[in-house]
Amino acid sequence: MAATQVVRSEWTKIRSVASTVWTLGLAVVVTIALGMLISALSKNEFGDLSRRDQLSFDPTFISFAGTSLGQLAMIVFGVLVVGNEYSSGMIRTSLAAVPRRGTFLFSKIAVATGLALVVAMVTSFATFFLGQAMLGDLKASIGDPGVLRAVFGGGLYMTLIAMFSMGVAAMLRSPMLSLGILMPFFFLISNILGNVPATEKVGRFLPDQAGSKIMQVVTPIDDDVPYGPWGGLGIMALWVIAALVGGYAVLKRRDA
Amino acid sequence: MIEAVGLTKRYGDKTAVYNLSFQVRPGAVTGFLGPNGSGKSTTMRMILGLDNPTSGHVTIGGHPYRRLPNAARQVGALLDAKAVHGGRAARNHLLSLAQLSGIPARRVDEVLGVVGLQDVAKRRSKGFSLGMGQRLGIAAALLGDPQVLLFDEPVNGLDPEGIHWVRNLMKALAAEGRTVFVSSHLMSEMALTADHLIVIGRGQLLADMSVTDFISANSADFARVRTPDTEPQLREKLTSALTEAGGHVLPEPDGALRVTGLALPRISDVAHDADVRLWELSPHQASLEEAYMRMTQGAVDYRSTADRKAGLQQPLPPGAQPPMQVPGQGQPGWYAPPPPQQGGQLFAAPQSAPGQAPAGPYGAPAAPGAVPGGQPANPYAAQRAPQAPAVAPVAQTPQPPAAAPAPPAAAPAPASAPASDPTKPEDAR
Repeated sequence: MAATQVVRSEWTKIRSVASTVWTLGLAVVVTIALGMLISALSKNEFGDLSRRDQLSFDPTFISFAGTSLGQLAMIVFGVLVVGNEYSSGMIRTSLAAVPRRGTFLFSKIAVATGLALVVAMVTSFATFFLGQAMLGDLKASIGDPGVLRAVFGGGLYMTLIAMFSMGVAAMLRSPMLSLGILMPFFFLISNILGNVPATEKVGRFLPDQAGSKIMQVVTPIDDDVPYGPWGGLGIMALWVIAALVGGYAVLKRRDA
Repeated sequence: MIEAVGLTKRYGDKTAVYNLSFQVRPGAVTGFLGPNGSGKSTTMRMILGLDNPTSGHVTIGGHPYRRLPNAARQVGALLDAKAVHGGRAARNHLLSLAQLSGIPARRVDEVLGVVGLQDVAKRRSKGFSLGMGQRLGIAAALLGDPQVLLFDEPVNGLDPEGIHWVRNLMKALAAEGRTVFVSSHLMSEMALTADHLIVIGRGQLLADMSVTDFISANSADFARVRTPDTEPQLREKLTSALTEAGGHVLPEPDGALRVTGLALPRISDVAHDADVRLWELSPHQASLEEAYMRMTQGAVDYRSTADRKAGLQQPLPPGAQPPMQVPGQGQPGWYAPPPPQQGGQLFAAPQSAPGQAPAGPYGAPAAPGAVPGGQPANPYAAQRAPQAPAVAPVAQTPQPPAAAPAPPAAAPAPASAPASDPTKPEDAR
């Protein structure tokens, strides 16, 4: 059975459910809208900031503020793509049709990742330009050093978040359980761990903390993060690979 | 051809399937029967490579399913009608399966027509009834025009027209030389559809034989004879004449006689010779369903118990007696006795042999009556005892006195059990 056939089949599956449109649509809207809002607010408050904060003001990163919420919709997308197979029982029909489980899982993930990448890139560029428009005089230009990398990286970040969720859902085999763990983790726990001084050193190696470094253009003063933008994205990619390998191992071994 | 060898599946300390070996041959519908929880679905899942057997193996056409080349074109399966993403339209569901094995979209519309779902092809399967879901599952199984088909409970939730259709579909598929393996817990359905039967209980093989063999080994044919109601002495006369001729005669509550061991023409001749007129002489066959239930009786995991409605009933008025429990038919775990042939004993369940158990529902009266008399063990002996009190004490004389003078309270109770037997639909087939 050629992988292309499985990929075509997975494409039919992913485009024929409403949840794809809803989750990806929500990711786009929330990321862009929140990014524009926070950009507009930041512009108004720039004058009140301390000198120090003004120096480390990062217009590119500000316009990506919506990612923190928009990534949650990406997580839901990733979880549902894989998890729905389990919750609906479709997994048995699917695996009866594609007995090679590796082909099945990675075709599914490839299709969902491809779709997520397109959506995330469009979102990333849109949120950058619209956010900069809100910032007025403070705006960065796409031609400035590091900015294109940050915008491109923003798209990769969203895609990797979705992939990580797919891997976790394949490991946990339940959309509810996966969402119950991933949502609070990325919305709260990771932020707390990354900002509390006691856990900061560990927290910065969590996937979203490390990955979001790619969207920074201006490094904050007294920043002691031991990795650069690409290093951070690399750390996130390692998390994703671990999740996918784990998901594959579970699918390969367990009864469907 | 599906071949299982020593298939065993354990979930923790629960053994779902134990040492199951069988073959499913092409060109016939093979019925896979067993009570709820007997391991039918687990076996089906192992055939499809969804569950890994703890030990043993199962192959389709010589290959384990997970190594079968282009599996979707060779094997079609209906496992669970609800194993569909409810938000996906029926046609898209089938299309995604078709694309897996390079089946053209045209074929999807074809099978939708075959199962009669063309009008709802664009609707989400969430809104489907159980029967529509089954049809969708069957469509998925037919998609690749496979040589091997597996159906897990295909008629669940179908209307009579649908059941009829599935039945003919299975037969047609088998007639084309395909391998058709159908699980069900309904013997009556399988008796009409299948050519071959594999019966399991508690994950173990109970029977593996053709339906014809199963019927001849397990069903008890009998004739019902009715003499004129107006002349009871004719009935007595015929009873003794038939018994002399070598038949077993059992009275039925409405006055008819149930005769086994004599062909219909012979009964007519005997009646003629005895100068007895007949109002009825009709052939009957005991239900295959009964034979199946008897076979699986010891292997039923989920059995209902009597509903005592504790706390729901009005307290009895003072002085009133609670209704007496009558052992026998209508209560869980009671089945009609096995037919007189040896055949019934072939498939004694591994845990216990219901028909043989001396402490069975017939226990006390039947066993002592039959054994000392040296007769072939006649399960209807209990029924005769109250009818012919002259015989019973003679047969029971070697027994200790405790058994012989049966207390009056105890005697009617066992008798009432077989007496209600004829009310069972013996023509269930």
